[in-house]
Amino acid sequence: MSQARVPAPLLALAAGGLLLFLLPIAGLVIRAPWDQVGSQLVAPETATALGLSLFCSLTATALALVLGVPLAMVLARTSGLLRSTLRALTTLPMVLPPVVGGVALLIAFGRRGLVGSPLHQAFGVQIPFSTAAAVMAETFVAMPFLVIAVEGGLRGLDRRYAEAARALGAGSWKVFAQVTVPLVRPAIFSGAVLCWARALGEFGATITFAGNLPGRTQTVPLAVYVALETRPDGAIALSLVLLAVSLAILIAMRDRWLGAP
Amino acid sequence: MINRALLAGGVLILAACVSGSGQSPPTSITVYAAASLELPFDRIATPLMSTYHVAAVFDFAGTQTLTAQLMQGAQADVFASADSMHMNSLQDAGLLAGQPKVFARNRLEVAVEKGNPKGIRSLADLARPGVVVVLADPSVPAGRYAQQSLSKAGVTVHPASLEPQVTGVLSKVALGEADAGIVYVSDVVTSGKVDGIAIPDSQNVIADYPIAVLANAHDKAAAQEFITFLLSTEGQSILKQTGFEAA
Repeated sequence: MSQARVPAPLLALAAGGLLLFLLPIAGLVIRAPWDQVGSQLVAPETATALGLSLFCSLTATALALVLGVPLAMVLARTSGLLRSTLRALTTLPMVLPPVVGGVALLIAFGRRGLVGSPLHQAFGVQIPFSTAAAVMAETFVAMPFLVIAVEGGLRGLDRRYAEAARALGAGSWKVFAQVTVPLVRPAIFSGAVLCWARALGEFGATITFAGNLPGRTQTVPLAVYVALETRPDGAIALSLVLLAVSLAILIAMRDRWLGAP
Repeated sequence: MINRALLAGGVLILAACVSGSGQSPPTSITVYAAASLELPFDRIATPLMSTYHVAAVFDFAGTQTLTAQLMQGAQADVFASADSMHMNSLQDAGLLAGQPKVFARNRLEVAVEKGNPKGIRSLADLARPGVVVVLADPSVPAGRYAQQSLSKAGVTVHPASLEPQVTGVLSKVALGEADAGIVYVSDVVTSGKVDGIAIPDSQNVIADYPIAVLANAHDKAAAQEFITFLLSTEGQSILKQTGFEAA
């Protein structure tokens, strides 16, 4: 018994969609200065940018997990106007141009910002131009991906498990940790992977809010952008490195955590 | 709602008929121009239209970005660069239709917050501890000039950020995130949101702005008219009003 066949027009459209992804990547691979990729990889500035990118994106993902899973729970429990308002606010960073997000972050957390100004006056702290700013920018842009995924998982959940646990005397925290979280684990992991991937590629909010300084705020996308103008071969090599790292981690995560066939 | 849209459309069509009745439609050219030229070029658009009947469409970005795009085969009629280096590399690649001409000059200035709260007087003050300095990245003309200027002054600064566009330097000073940055005089004049501290000639770098017709221009004659207008008394005076110096 064979599965129902995909209609030919849909197949053609799917092929078109796939080409749109694959052609630019193929171009990158074909045009790559392969003899330079090795030396690019070991170049100190590449290693610095790559290390910073991994640190910032993983920290942003961890932050998004700590803040985003509870937010998703709240979203899943609300309804009506409150829900649509909260959802719109949460997903706003997904539709906002990242540069606008960066400006908004500056206005909130900059030295003259709503929160940043009292911080600066009390402790002399300046968030922009710091690694913390790069992490914040990535979290701002990437967290909605996690929240949406987890909220979807929570809504699809059979309420009766939690109700049964509660009937057996479990407190709300215990229900959350031992019943709800294990049940939505696939959603949490897929959300975290999406969030991490988005954080790794973040550019606009980072450069606007955190600036561009090697070793402190210059992540790989920023390094690629700067290199593109002066040494395009280096930029392509650096892009390939980021592509390979992302692909390897995405494949590994998928098999390991999502149990995808 | 629909009626109003129809009405608006009708008015537009009518307006188009009226304005188009006397003359042929204007020639349209695409001008790739360095980000710092936005204000003077926008002001030149109107007199250019009335003098030559040429409508200029501008694409403003960092000189290095525009150069990279032109190298990749982007189509435009005119290129106005913030330095000779990028223009020369286009010329070497055979992408220019003629010789580039310098149409304006620009010099560097230290941009500080309005009122100069940190009391910055010279380039040396940028090295003071506690002064947050933002520069343009050395891959951008403004960043390269800034480094030359700092080394002439014998000053070493530790910038908080190396912005890929000079406008990034300007906005970070204007927003109060940075105490000082090195930008063009024209940036200070056109922004109006920062104060400028002059850099003495001995430490300054004068940037040449060359312009050229591109080899793949759709309308080389109209492109040349744009350049001619820019070099005319009227064009030069607009450039001066916006902080540039005469060629």
